[in-house]
Amino acid sequence: MGQAMSAVDFAALVAGALLVLGPVAVMAQRWSRISNFVYAAASGLCWILALLGLVVLFGFGAGPELVLPMGLPWLGAHLHVDMLSAFFLLILGLGGGVISIFAIGYGRHEHAPLRVLPFYPPFLGAMALVVLAADAFTFLLCWEVMSLLSWALMLADHCQEATQKAGYVYLTMAGFGTMSLLLAFGLLAGPDGAYGFAAIRTATRSPVMAAVILGLMLLGAGSKAGLVPLHVWLPLAHPAAPSHVSALMSGVMTKIAVYGFIRVTFDLLQALPVWLALAVMVIGGVTAVMGVLLALMQHDLKRLLAYHTVENIGIIFIGLGLAMAFRADGSAAAAALALTAALFHIFNHMAFKSLLFMAAGAVLNATGLRDMEKMGGLIHRMPVTSVVFLVGCVAISALPPFNGFVSEWLTFQAILVSPELSDLGARFTAPAVGGMLALAAALAAACFVKVYGVVFLSRPRSEAAAKAVEVDRFSLTAMAMLATVCLLAGILPGMVLDVLAPVVDSLLGARLPVQANQAWFTTVPITDARSSYNGLLVFLFIVFSASSAAWAVHRYASRQLRRAPAWDCGYPDPSPLTQYSAGGFAQPLRRVLGTNLLAARETVVMPPPGDMSPARLTVHYVDPAWERIYAPIAGMVDAMTTRMNRLQFLTIRRYLTLVFLSLILLLLGLMLWF
Amino acid sequence: MVLIFNLMVQGVQMMLVVALAPLLVGVTRKVRARLLRRKGAPLIQPYRDLLRLMRKEVVLAENASWLFRTIPYLVFAATWVAAALVPTFATGLHFSWTADLIAIVALLGSARFFLALAGMDVGTSFGGIGSSREMMIASLAEPAMMLTVFSLALIAGSTQLSTVSAFMASPVVGLRVSLGMALVALVIVALAENARIPVDNPNTHLELTMVHEAMVLEYSGRHLAMIELAGALNLLLYVSLIGCIFVPWGIANRATGENAADYLLAIVLYLAKLGAAGALLAVFEVSIAKMRVFRVPDFLGIALMLALLGTLLLFVTRSL
Repeated sequence: MGQAMSAVDFAALVAGALLVLGPVAVMAQRWSRISNFVYAAASGLCWILALLGLVVLFGFGAGPELVLPMGLPWLGAHLHVDMLSAFFLLILGLGGGVISIFAIGYGRHEHAPLRVLPFYPPFLGAMALVVLAADAFTFLLCWEVMSLLSWALMLADHCQEATQKAGYVYLTMAGFGTMSLLLAFGLLAGPDGAYGFAAIRTATRSPVMAAVILGLMLLGAGSKAGLVPLHVWLPLAHPAAPSHVSALMSGVMTKIAVYGFIRVTFDLLQALPVWLALAVMVIGGVTAVMGVLLALMQHDLKRLLAYHTVENIGIIFIGLGLAMAFRADGSAAAAALALTAALFHIFNHMAFKSLLFMAAGAVLNATGLRDMEKMGGLIHRMPVTSVVFLVGCVAISALPPFNGFVSEWLTFQAILVSPELSDLGARFTAPAVGGMLALAAALAAACFVKVYGVVFLSRPRSEAAAKAVEVDRFSLTAMAMLATVCLLAGILPGMVLDVLAPVVDSLLGARLPVQANQAWFTTVPITDARSSYNGLLVFLFIVFSASSAAWAVHRYASRQLRRAPAWDCGYPDPSPLTQYSAGGFAQPLRRVLGTNLLAARETVVMPPPGDMSPARLTVHYVDPAWERIYAPIAGMVDAMTTRMNRLQFLTIRRYLTLVFLSLILLLLGLMLWF
Repeated sequence: MVLIFNLMVQGVQMMLVVALAPLLVGVTRKVRARLLRRKGAPLIQPYRDLLRLMRKEVVLAENASWLFRTIPYLVFAATWVAAALVPTFATGLHFSWTADLIAIVALLGSARFFLALAGMDVGTSFGGIGSSREMMIASLAEPAMMLTVFSLALIAGSTQLSTVSAFMASPVVGLRVSLGMALVALVIVALAENARIPVDNPNTHLELTMVHEAMVLEYSGRHLAMIELAGALNLLLYVSLIGCIFVPWGIANRATGENAADYLLAIVLYLAKLGAAGALLAVFEVSIAKMRVFRVPDFLGIALMLALLGTLLLFVTRSL
């Protein structure tokens, strides 16, 4: 151990420490402050990971591959930190570090802390190891550990029926995903079992094989990330989990899934045909639009946020698909732009989605409510939470000057380069996907007006909402930290882009122009004659003109103000029930877009004359993925099991015959094979 | 010296848009009134309205939050910044690189987002109906706008508005099918985003199909003045945008030199364009009826389809 430790050694140690922290929590369960200790320690370790990632991104001490004597005996466990891993370590460390601070405050209200504490730090550790893994076996093992631990965390509140159902669906989807990944890595490793990433990288494959591998990766990583139609577990699992866990699953774990996809597509596989890239782009576009449309229909706050995760994963995959198309075409600079946009959106989504889930948790703590139709007026009761939530809403709606806008702007810029593609299909697909992206962004803004308007503005719709109190300091600090990240990444995007540049460079051999050289922190993706955006100046201009206008009006015109009952065209109604509800707000869009895409129907039941019962309006819509894909599969499995059930009641003679017949079949198979 | 001149042009442009915005509204109302055989209010009536509103006290709903009081200034600021970045009489403005066309559209999106939040704040049914419908219209208009931006960017090879405008004024452009489609799409989007007939009626708020006016129903006094001014700025912005892209002649630019006479001529021409646009808008509005609210998606669908077709044409061949 003479030489200095490198980043990979450090990262492996930290991940190990996170894994060990779980059993420690079990052993020290009688200690009254165990919850604080575990979360604080997890937070500290995550910050170290983030720091390590940042150090490596700046080009110091990545270190050689680390081989641990674990795993397969002839292989060992290979760990490494390259630029891509470093970036995702940064995502994991930042997200995990902040969310763990939130958890210190949130954990105090936990009624059964031991259902969360032993799993929480190892979950972070397993995610770190997925990112660090440099061979297929370690990768898959850690992936599965990550899945199982998140499942255990999600079931913290296991007595509720909805949670049990969510757990079942999640486990099924996770199992299916891992199976796809297993097959994908099996094909990558080839018949000789070359499981190390270094060996996989150098192997040559036919285009058909590459396409099959990519398809399996889409199924495996896509089911974890939430691509349509594999997204069905997210809207069930995120509301069921405790809020800090849903923040971690949505903000960080889905990114680890995207990491798996990027690792295979951009690092391990070289040549991919362009039609595959188009498929990824279209899947991304459909995911974005369906995700946001389904989000509009929701009135459970956390479920709505879960559907928005689906939307944002779609946006990320649009960027990735574009990058693949450009790479297939040989234009590295354009591919670098698209990939940078996708990576930036990964960073942004980590920041604002974790923030929004934590804020939803804060609202849940303060009111005990997840149903938006019972909330309202929280801006008066929770002043700090309402500000950070607003920042999250503006950021996720892709509005300047916050960070969500910059990554979508970069994606648009990448789409605008696509006429240079040689493939005709790609040139048709790109603008259509661009339209989908614009639609998704506009719908997201509509959805978050609904969320903020119904939850934080308007009048309280229930006693619980009227009596809410602001949450604890730890939660507020954590949320404020991410809100600051959202603002800073929005007004100084050039700095983030410069940090991303080595990642993109290592994968594609090209990068964006150095942003630090631009005057006034302007962002210039290609050349400044083509397009530029300056978040800092936009922010300063808005602040300056708003405050000077306010000052001038107050100074020279009038500053009088009188409080009076709401005007409402002369007919103010005292009942808060007459306000617009979440369902009412979404009604026009449900009617315009949902009628075809979600088969949304409204049925009005009018009581017959003389009947005193109220008229009822019921809204019905379906998630097409459930209806078209999962329901038929479930029906088929049901029918098959019913039929197979007969096998249970046979006589011994028939069982023996069956055994004999299967033996003969297997032998025949062997004979034909060789 | 050059810097000072540039800053001056930028400053004049910023002040000019604020100063002219109410006048454009006045022109539109006047022409409209004349077409209906009415005398109409004088051209400066919008200025008088704004001044009167500014001087009046604000009557604020009892449960209005701090956000409700901040939003008028935010909306005004975002719209103003966006309007100041669109070339009106001169291209190559000093700060034009701050935001390209996509960012300008997004800035207007920010303004709309906050205005819709204001509609929800007091918790009245009128505010809710306005916000909900405004966001419905916006979420259909924005993709159409974005696709129009795509086709413009593909023709000019840039999303930078100054570059686009300079390119459109150059003789290489000529008549193109895709440009025609983009123009129609942009006009439809502009009508929708400015709450004009046939999408919304700016003159009334006591109608069941109301959108924009219902949303700002709870505002009064200086707050209302800021919002009205922002609305006028929004109209001016769209007129300038259509002007600088489709009627780019006479816009001064740095290439032709920096003498003041050129700039004065450009300002006069710009005023003429504004007047013509206001009159055209009025003629269009009196000749068409307002639509039912659920017909609006079809109307905006036309814009979306045209913009998409235009973009696809350009993706196939750059010469159409």
